[in-house]
Amino acid sequence: MTWRRAIALAACAALLVGAPPFLPPYALTLLTQILIYAIFAMSLDLLLGYTGLASLGHAAYFGIAAYVVAIMTTQHQASFWACLGAALLAACAAAAVFGLVAIRATGVYFLMITLALGMVTWGLAFRWVSLTMGDNGISGIARPSLSSGLSFARPLPFHYLSLVAFLIAFGLLSLIVRSPFGLSLQGIRETERRMRALGYDVWLHKYVAFILSGAFAGLAGAMWAYYDGFVSPVEIHLVTSVETLLMVALGGPGTLVGPVLGAGVIVLFKNLLSIYTKRWLLILGLVYIGVIVLAPKGIVAAVRGARR
Amino acid sequence: MSGVAALAVTRLSKSFGGLRAVQQIDLSLAPGERHAIIGPNGAGKTTLFNLIAGELAPTAGRIALFGQDVTRLPPQRRAALGLARTFQVNTLFPSLTVTENLLLAVQGTLPTKLRLHRPISSYRDLYDRARAVLESVGLVGAGEVIVRTLSHGEQRQLEVALALASRPRLLLLDEPTAGLSLAESQRLTGLLKGLDRSMSLLVIEHDMDVVFDVAERITVLHDGKVIADGDRDEVKANPLVAEIYLGTG
Amino acid sequence: MEFWLTQAFNGISYGAMLFLLGSGLSLVFGVMRIVNLAHGSYFLLGGYVGLTTVSRTKSFPLALLSGALSVALIGLGMERFFLRRLSRQSLPQVLMTMGFALVFQDLGLLVWGGDPYTLAVPAFLAQSAQAGPVFVQFYRLFIIAVAFAVGIVLWVFLERTRAGASIRATVDDAEMAQGVGINVPLVSAGVFALGAFLAALGGVVGAGFIGVYPGLDFEVLPYAFVVVIVGGLGSLPGVVVGSLLVGLLDNFGKALFPELSYFTLFAPMALILALKPTGLFGKR
Repeated sequence: MTWRRAIALAACAALLVGAPPFLPPYALTLLTQILIYAIFAMSLDLLLGYTGLASLGHAAYFGIAAYVVAIMTTQHQASFWACLGAALLAACAAAAVFGLVAIRATGVYFLMITLALGMVTWGLAFRWVSLTMGDNGISGIARPSLSSGLSFARPLPFHYLSLVAFLIAFGLLSLIVRSPFGLSLQGIRETERRMRALGYDVWLHKYVAFILSGAFAGLAGAMWAYYDGFVSPVEIHLVTSVETLLMVALGGPGTLVGPVLGAGVIVLFKNLLSIYTKRWLLILGLVYIGVIVLAPKGIVAAVRGARR
Repeated sequence: MSGVAALAVTRLSKSFGGLRAVQQIDLSLAPGERHAIIGPNGAGKTTLFNLIAGELAPTAGRIALFGQDVTRLPPQRRAALGLARTFQVNTLFPSLTVTENLLLAVQGTLPTKLRLHRPISSYRDLYDRARAVLESVGLVGAGEVIVRTLSHGEQRQLEVALALASRPRLLLLDEPTAGLSLAESQRLTGLLKGLDRSMSLLVIEHDMDVVFDVAERITVLHDGKVIADGDRDEVKANPLVAEIYLGTG
Repeated sequence: MEFWLTQAFNGISYGAMLFLLGSGLSLVFGVMRIVNLAHGSYFLLGGYVGLTTVSRTKSFPLALLSGALSVALIGLGMERFFLRRLSRQSLPQVLMTMGFALVFQDLGLLVWGGDPYTLAVPAFLAQSAQAGPVFVQFYRLFIIAVAFAVGIVLWVFLERTRAGASIRATVDDAEMAQGVGINVPLVSAGVFALGAFLAALGGVVGAGFIGVYPGLDFEVLPYAFVVVIVGGLGSLPGVVVGSLLVGLLDNFGKALFPELSYFTLFAPMALILALKPTGLFGKR
């Protein structure tokens, strides 16, 4: 790692840790939201940017984890660790099952199948009213508190909890992508045929990546449930999956940092835009179109290109 | 040297619908042998390679590697048994660096490939092996270059390097000198001749100079069938072969 | 017994609507390998346009035509000016179609508001009768008839005309098709417009039956995809089988296990995909 990069990262970390107490309340909640979505976006980057698998149903794992936290907190008053553990387990289990069906397909077929799987999960959340309250959603999710008495109910402590989750996710994912396994994923993304000839069980690698990706998406989902206090089928909707894909595509797939930036841009945009106009969905759609036309390889790549 | 053949192909056939690409081919390589497969375009040479490598499933017949039946095994399992191959068209990892390409090749048959808890940069022995292979094919100092920016000749060298990286026992080379200049061709031929006898070589080639320089035994394919099989002199003297190569076939 | 027969009939009529929705998607996919997330929007917009046409002109046939044609034009515009730039780049294309889907969704809200509507169908179609053990709603029969007619026309078009042959050739192998002189960009534009036409037609037809409302676009989209995935992309017989299967399964699922009805869709799809990843009639 070069000195410039290390300093830049340290500066960012210092800012992230030191700035929050001084931010106005609205800005703080936006930043928390960005951190949670950044985890989600990074999880998708592992699959898309590094393995080359574009999943259109990733919100399923985000949503399943969110629902597990919601149900366990509101109906069973379960502890933070129990909820988190169960949520991660559920997300992994779902990814394990869906992965079995999806990974056999490649390219556009994979897109279609993950889309269908995601929408089916949405449909379950929508229709299984006795479990999920259907369209009404589950509200009243209390912020977590630890048995030692430490409560994360207030915005600032919760923000730091999210920051910790983000840093852990970032750290683990950075390690994974720099590991032999991570390099193998990139090889698969580039040239599957050669990987097989070199001795790799491509299916297994993809499957493990899929499950890992689902796990981190689940982490984001769990944090989201606590953040918002409310979970509904929207969390699993196709729109959410595609939005996250856009965060990755916008920021630059295969960089981990890019998706974080992408998450920041999209969250800020959505929230600030909806303050000023009712037609924010229209504008968002136009922005999607515009981004693809102008910067198909993402911001990070565009910036790197502009630097040369 | 054991008596088991490095490669034993028995009555191998492959049909695509009505098209019989490969018919009843028998082929065997002794350990350490240098064997070439020649024949006009469309003779079924690459199909044969794809069958041996495991990318295609045969319609009939049997393939054995060092005595072990591999007919039903996928490519990665054959690689684990010591098989490596190059492709007719460069099949590299274009956005990655040369070093990364080689690391992938080196760890392909090692358990390290599934480790996700340590950065790959901490596995120095992988890097050492990668550098050694790189030097052996003559691509020194190109480690940090992104593969897609290499010249065709350099990419072809890397193509061979990737196959050598896993220290294979049987190496399949599909037209390794295709698109190379004379100098590059000669260097590659020198490399192949200098390879250790622990490695058996099966080469598809169109360049007859390379064939007669490197190969001890030659198999001639035509229309998916073996029409001649023997050492250099036998094949040179075979009238059928002359007919095909002189264009009257 | 009555229950089963009526449900089967209902399932078949729902499948007929899904056939209209899915056939366009399957063709578009087969020719251009585009995952069009705005396909549900075509359905919705067709329904809205048809709705307005009927309320202004009281003509149901005109509604069918105007809905389908107007959306076909929109589809043509989308393909020609936007999607064509991203030829064969799956992910950017998908994201762009999503952008359009959002734009269409908001336009729908803007123009038609947030209330649900049902298209006023001609009086004779609104009736129903008891035909032996089966309770037959005439409108459902109508949907089946429309789908059947469209299916026949499509089949004849694809199998017996030169244009159809060009399309089939492009589905099989676009590069080869270009190589033998088929104007692939023209075929692409035409097929995309046709896909939009069919989806919108389904939307108008559906408007008299399930109605039109905001959110319908994303509600029908997964059905379209499941139909096409199960049947196999680019295959017309596949869409027929897929839509019938999905229509029946969904209907019985909703009737028998309302809370798990999406699951009755998922399980067979997963099973079929586990055995044949490219769908029942799909090519490898």
